Amino acid sequence: MATISTVVVVGVLLTLIVTSKGWPAVRETFFSWEAFRTSFPDVLDGFWLDVKLFVIVEIAVLFLGLAIALARNSKAASLAPLRILGAVYVDLFRGIPVILVVYLVGFGIPTLELDGLPDDPVVLGGIGLTLAYSAYVAEVFRAGIDSIHPGQRSAALAVGLTEKQALRFVILPQAVRRVLPPLLNDFISLQKDVALVSILGPLEAFRVAQIEASSNFNYTPLLAAALLYLIVTVPLARIVDRMQRKRVAR
Amino acid sequence: MSTPVLEVRGVTKAYGETPVLRGIDLRVGAHEAVALIGASGSGKSTLLRCIDLLEEIDDGDILVDGEVVTDPSVNPVAVRRRLRMVFQQFNLFPHLTVLENIVLAPVRAHGMPRAEAESGARELLTRFGLAGREGAHPDELSGGQQQRVAIVRALMANPRALLLDEVTSALDPDLVGEVLDLLRELKAGGMTMLLATHEMSFAREVADRVVFLHEGRIVEEGAPAQLLEAPQHPETQRFLRRLLEGGRL
Repeated sequence: MATISTVVVVGVLLTLIVTSKGWPAVRETFFSWEAFRTSFPDVLDGFWLDVKLFVIVEIAVLFLGLAIALARNSKAASLAPLRILGAVYVDLFRGIPVILVVYLVGFGIPTLELDGLPDDPVVLGGIGLTLAYSAYVAEVFRAGIDSIHPGQRSAALAVGLTEKQALRFVILPQAVRRVLPPLLNDFISLQKDVALVSILGPLEAFRVAQIEASSNFNYTPLLAAALLYLIVTVPLARIVDRMQRKRVAR
Repeated sequence: MSTPVLEVRGVTKAYGETPVLRGIDLRVGAHEAVALIGASGSGKSTLLRCIDLLEEIDDGDILVDGEVVTDPSVNPVAVRRRLRMVFQQFNLFPHLTVLENIVLAPVRAHGMPRAEAESGARELLTRFGLAGREGAHPDELSGGQQQRVAIVRALMANPRALLLDEVTSALDPDLVGEVLDLLRELKAGGMTMLLATHEMSFAREVADRVVFLHEGRIVEEGAPAQLLEAPQHPETQRFLRRLLEGGRL
């Protein structure tokens, strides 16, 4: 039944699109096999930059996000400045559009003309993305840490672990397991948002596709880029789905 | 009299404006088992948590083997390695297997070689009827088994004393016996114990002394037979009468 209804709905929608008056023009500008074939190698080349970038940014985000979460969750009275700093950081970078952070970092840092600061737009774009996404991921980690029952900390201390060891061997392993689905959700989002560094000029997939599209008056290269982003985001989405199903089953 | 293993002197503790402990004095000698009884909220758990330095006290002193451990200069981690607390809700680490639960602290915190810790753990598990469950996760065990694992985890460091916080209260009635058997065995082996409990028959059987707490004060203490059968203080009488009416005595 589910299969039949799906086939019917999709069939009706496709028929509507294909029989519409503008379809021949759409097919020519968006679904040109010729344009796809000639542009795909270049778009794929650009996409490797995206892949490298999001892998490195994801690793950086894990560390920075965790550090901010731990800073915000610190208890000692003397660490109040750290807590405030963490809170301000999260408010700031979660409250500004990611594209604006990338733009400000990408054009702001080189303008400072300070020695030793990077001026490569790919590096700057990566820094911008890291700053923005660490704010989200910090909150995910923090929620995970807060969700662990205080009895776990008590028990860890009671068997003779230090606060640090309790965090590392007892609390964090449980917290990370619990927040893996929302964490991967943020990563799905990040794997698309790497396209934002294109505003700084690097030839990543979206920008390559844009250039090809405007030089040939054909938008098919953009669809080629879309396809590539899907190839890295959809499998991750399925993994998240499976994790959540498993959790419900438990 | 020789130095008590545990000594509590004039300890007070409040949560915000609410006083929980209002001046507790208590001594537990070597090989002695002392039962803390009293209604929920009388301060039993808080007292145990304070002794294990999981809560800060407001005033007074706590001594372990004659050494003041509530001094800020004393490292609480070193103190907790000499005492061992066992909790009502077991508090096993759910992401670790039984064996990993037991050897985590010895290996990670006390620098014991893993092989040595594991063979010690297996020995204790066998002794307490848990052989074969080394690789299980806590959620695969019954409550009674979980609590016995928690007690084995506590025994790994050869503690000077066990602090037992209502260790049978979260168990189904048919699982209480196996945990009490284990505690009987420990008592027979000379373990020093301070235990908060609702099991009056067990307190009578195992404890050398019973201490009754009421609203953060010790209002009466004595030998189990005397305190449980001929209580002197009206609050003790009221508490025991309520237990009797509830069929818990």
